Order: sequence, then structure tokens, then C-alpha cells
Amino acid sequence: MDLVLDCRGLKCPLPIIRLAQRIGDVPVGGVVRLLADDPAAENDVQAWCRMKSQEYLGSPEKDVFEVRRTG
Amino acid sequence: MAREALLAALSDGWADPARLYSAGRRAQQLSDAARAAFAEVLGVRPDEVSFWPSGTAAAQAAVLGALAGRARRGDTLVHSAIEHSAVLHAAARGKAIEVGVDRRGRLDLEAWERAVSGDGVALASLISASHEVGTVQPVAAAASYCDEAGVPLFVDAAQSVGRVDVPGGWSLLSASAHKWGGPPGVGVLAVRKGVRWISPYPQDDLYRPQAPGSVDLPAVVAAAASLRAVRAEAQTEGVRLSALVDRIRERVPMTVPDVEVVGDPVERLPHLVTFSCLYVDGEALLHALDRAGFAVSSGSSCTASTLRPSHVLEAMGVLSHGNVRVSLHSGTSEADVERFLTVLPGIVEGLRREAGM
Repeated sequence: MDLVLDCRGLKCPLPIIRLAQRIGDVPVGGVVRLLADDPAAENDVQAWCRMKSQEYLGSPEKDVFEVRRTG
Repeated sequence: MAREALLAALSDGWADPARLYSAGRRAQQLSDAARAAFAEVLGVRPDEVSFWPSGTAAAQAAVLGALAGRARRGDTLVHSAIEHSAVLHAAARGKAIEVGVDRRGRLDLEAWERAVSGDGVALASLISASHEVGTVQPVAAAASYCDEAGVPLFVDAAQSVGRVDVPGGWSLLSASAHKWGGPPGVGVLAVRKGVRWISPYPQDDLYRPQAPGSVDLPAVVAAAASLRAVRAEAQTEGVRLSALVDRIRERVPMTVPDVEVVGDPVERLPHLVTFSCLYVDGEALLHALDRAGFAVSSGSSCTASTLRPSHVLEAMGVLSHGNVRVSLHSGTSEADVERFLTVLPGIVEGLRREAGM
């Protein structure tokens, strides 16, 4: 894990904004672990990955989402 | 049109149609005429039509009544993942199987066929077109799978009746007058002959679909009049609005970065368009548009009473935040749409800047 973003307690779109602002901090191929408990996060992290051509790796546990930087 | 009919019906249709005095009989005639008008539009017999206090009440009566009527055959409701919450709330009363949609919001017909042909299915429910993203559903194909499986199909046609034709093959269908520009407080339910229906409410005749208590007859008369008027212009109005929707669908992605226009671009309702803007708070966007004079809706969680994102957007897997749903109507001009398209990019840009993007 290259970066952990704790966005618990933040409402959407804030977790997605943090993810977009910080993904550049990891190298291409690096993985960001996003902690977010907003009910829209699971859906919107995946939609963001699709729209911004990043790789959604899945949700290893509740309120945890992993994204690989692809470019 | 609806207004004139309402005023006329208020003076002539105030009495209880079930009474035998002359004012009651006049009310009965008005009721019969309205019933005949709905029957003609829906392609059913007048005695298959009943009036309800809202589209929601009609849809719930359809689901609960048809499930009760089929209780000996099964206890499971098959429904699409994008039904109106009125149907989902009724579905939550018992066993239900949800069938998904694709990215454009269209029913997965293979999964639908599997679901309706399973054991213990009492009823299937499919919205005619998504009320949130406008995607028209494959009602005819879904109906034929139901027919093969011997399962009655309920179609919630609130979005379609008065605007576009709904294919046949269904067993029950509901509509809502205020969706076609009629008065609020009128739902219409058609239950085909031979479909067993048992009232979910305590009332005299449990087997004849009818709302408990008196219906608002003047509103029903006005609803029938407005449906006739809307239907007469539906074709030309549909072409006009659909061109404006196309314009919004094309222009928004060109002028607003990081936006996703959702729903099917072709197989869609003529008047409705939905898009989501990355990094934008749906509620803030809705208020900013409201200040600019535009009344729009949103499927974003922050705008919902439940604080959950729209189940339709989730089922499609499209972005749920920064979501805007634009419904065009007969009073919407080309100039209104142009002004919307002019102010939108600046509003989105401003909100993103405030959010640090």
C-alpha cells in the first residue's frame, strides 16, 4: 500500500475529491487505499476509476477501497 | 385544458357517483366518460380501469393486489432494479428477486427470463421507462417471457402514458395524472380481465380493483381531459423536446469537463436527460441552478431524504454525485435550454473551485 486516505466521516463527493487530489502522490502502478463510509462511496469510486481510466482493485473490507494509479 | 375541465367538473361532479339521486347520476356519467377515455388510451375495456388517489397508490395496489391474487401459485415478486420506490416499498413486504440493468439503464433480459421462469414467482414488475434516466425498457420482450412462464406482468407506466405508447402484453398497468400535466392526486390502474386481484385493503368487494373511499371525481375528469389534450400533441411535442434533449446531451460534455451523461441516448423518453458532474456536490449544484431560475432534480445522496444515492444510478454503476436530472415540458422553450447550457459550465466550474479542484 503506497498511500492511505482516511475519508471516513466525509460526505460524497469529498472522498472522491481527496482521491483525485492525492493519487498523483503515488507512482504509476502504485496503490491508494481509500477509507470512506459515505453510502455513495462504493459506487462513486468505481465510476471515478472508469471516467479517469484508473484501475479499481476492489473493496477488501467494508468502507475500504483500493485503486491502482495507471497513468 | 385540465384547469377548464376541473372547473366544469367541480360544478357538475361534486356528488357521490354511487348515489341514486340525480346529482349522483350526473357524477356517475362523468366518471364513466373519464373511465372510457382512459380505457381508449390504454387499449383496455372501461371496466378494467380504476381510479386511485395517486400513481403511487395505483402502483402499490397493483403489486400487492396481484401478489395476493396469486398467493396459491407463488409468493415471489420479480422486479427490475430501477423500479420506482413506490414499487420497491411494496416489494419489501415479501419475497422479491431483483433483476439488474446495464450501464445505460436497460433491463438485463436474459436475467429477467431466468427470474420469471423460476419456481414460486407470483408477479413480475417492470417500469416502462426509467423515471430517473429516461431509458425506455424492453416491455414487449419482458412481457413475452412472462407470458411463456405464465406470470402476470405489472408495468408502471407513469413516465410514458401521455408521451409515448406503451407496448401491450402486460396484465396490470398504472399511470399518474400529474406526470402528463394533469392534476395531482389521480392514479389510474388497469387490470386485465382474467388477472386475479385481491384488494390489500379492507373493503366491500375484495376482487374488483377499486380504491377504498371516494375518489376525487373532478380531478379524475380533469385528468382525462388533460390526457386527451396531451395525447393530441404528444407526437409533435415529443419531437421538439427530444431535439432539445439531444442538444443537452451533446453540448454538456463539450462545455463541462469530467461529466457523464447517463441513460440510453436513443431508446429514451423524449423529455428527460440526466448527467453527473465529478467533484460536485449535487445539492449545491441544484441550489445554484435554482438561483439561476432552473428547477431540476437530482439523484445524489445529499439531496435524498434517505441520504442514500439513487438506486437507479447505483444499479447502472454510473457516478451518483453531482447528479442533475432535467425534465423538459410544454412550457420549456429553446431559449430556456440555451440559457441553461450557457450558465451550467460556469456554475460547475465555480463549485469545483470552491471544493479545491
